[in-house]
Amino acid sequence: MTTSQTDHPAADGARGPLPLLPPPPLFLLRPLLARIVRKVAARNPGMFARLGPHAGEHFLIDPVDMPFMLHLRPDPDALDFRAVGRRGAAPPHVARISGTFLNLFTLMDSEQDGDALFFSRDLVVTGDTEAVVCLRNALDDVEEPIAHTVAAMFGPPGRLALDLMRSAADTRRRREEAQP
Amino acid sequence: MTTPAPIKPELVCPAGTPAALRAAVDAGAENVYCGYQNATNARNFAGLNFTPDEMAQSIRYAHERGSKVLITLNTFPPAGKVDLWTDMADLSARLGADACIVADIAVADHIRRHHPQMRIHLSVQAAASSPEAIAWYVREFDVKRVVLPRIMTVSEIRGLVDEIPCEVETFIFGNHGLMVEGRCSLTAYVTGQSTNMDGACSPAACVAYEQQDDGSLATRLSGVMIDRFAAQETAGYPTICKGRYLAEARDGGYYAFEEPVSLNAATMLPELIRAGVHAFKIEGRQRSRAYVKKVVAAFREAVDTVMAGDEPKLADLVALTEGQKHTEGALKSKTWR
Repeated sequence: MTTSQTDHPAADGARGPLPLLPPPPLFLLRPLLARIVRKVAARNPGMFARLGPHAGEHFLIDPVDMPFMLHLRPDPDALDFRAVGRRGAAPPHVARISGTFLNLFTLMDSEQDGDALFFSRDLVVTGDTEAVVCLRNALDDVEEPIAHTVAAMFGPPGRLALDLMRSAADTRRRREEAQP
Repeated sequence: MTTPAPIKPELVCPAGTPAALRAAVDAGAENVYCGYQNATNARNFAGLNFTPDEMAQSIRYAHERGSKVLITLNTFPPAGKVDLWTDMADLSARLGADACIVADIAVADHIRRHHPQMRIHLSVQAAASSPEAIAWYVREFDVKRVVLPRIMTVSEIRGLVDEIPCEVETFIFGNHGLMVEGRCSLTAYVTGQSTNMDGACSPAACVAYEQQDDGSLATRLSGVMIDRFAAQETAGYPTICKGRYLAEARDGGYYAFEEPVSLNAATMLPELIRAGVHAFKIEGRQRSRAYVKKVVAAFREAVDTVMAGDEPKLADLVALTEGQKHTEGALKSKTWR
């Protein structure tokens, strides 16, 4: 099942999540994402068991305020995690998970609850719900939050980027809470 | 004659994964409840729950930090097919679990006969709320604690505490289940799978969300549309009991059973403690470790503050509630709707 790229309330696919950091180009992201997924998989070999029959499925993760989407195949024997452009048809996928970059980041930082984002309509899930639930549970059960693992891969600049994104997420959360 | 000092209630906190269990223990849970990856567990959801190895490691983690692990064997076996439940009870005893939370009398009987050292807690799924029913479970199976259905006022709980010979546990946060617990067949009617025997209310494989061009979100369970949320409207879980239906007496869609709203008894903690409740339960084994960490930490601080004789500063947990709405439910009044 596929859905259009404009199906999330915040979708425009143009703005970056942080005012100081423009979205990186795809050719830079691809090797980076491949390295990240290999590292996360190596650190958490047990996570694939929670995916059960959905380990070989294709997921589309859509940070709606970025100019790209992420394609994930969490198969331990054929890992695939890459950025794809928004032009043209999305790659085949069983499920699509859409939200702002910062909301998706807070999920990976284990600081946000996916159900809460769903209740507030900040996270949109379409397609195979069971596959998404299994992926969510697998990612939530890792020893160290994935955002920490990724930040540590890049040393002090990685940790600085993590702090910046946390700060941006906190600022946005406080702004939303202050709204009537 | 002086009034006895109130008992400090234990927090009984949910864990659907080992990471969530560690989060609960680290946030100050005295008890964590969790289950295996099979039908013995009323949260038998895809990708959730514990393998035997994970349970062994998690019990060790909890015990090293002074917390207890309660195993949920809280579904009902089909007649004559109790082996899976008794096997899981035997496994729990071998792993050193602190209690089993049980709904079915055959499971309770097996534990009482074969593992007399194991505490039995009577699950809310048993729907025991009268002194006579609870006393019978205590007499027959040596039940140590009863988890009360979410349909009782604090005043009723206070009266019950005085009449029954076991500990009392009440829900204070999470799902606001007002059905006769352990008897609800709504999901089975639509999906063919039983909440009470298969452990799966609205299994994810039967759920589909359809985002419409106008921004609305339709929820279907086994193809049956159970709700449609407008573009700016908060959403709830995809369960039949929280669906909106057309009814003759109402115009438009109507929450005929329950509204998508969570129980939050934070403001009632002092009253519940004075009523003599022994344990406070937080619902949400299907939720993330972020939820567990935030909710357990908030209630840890609140209970400790009340016990110290101070006014609790209650963390705002509304963002974590279903439909982003909460209620004190029947605890405060039977006319909560």
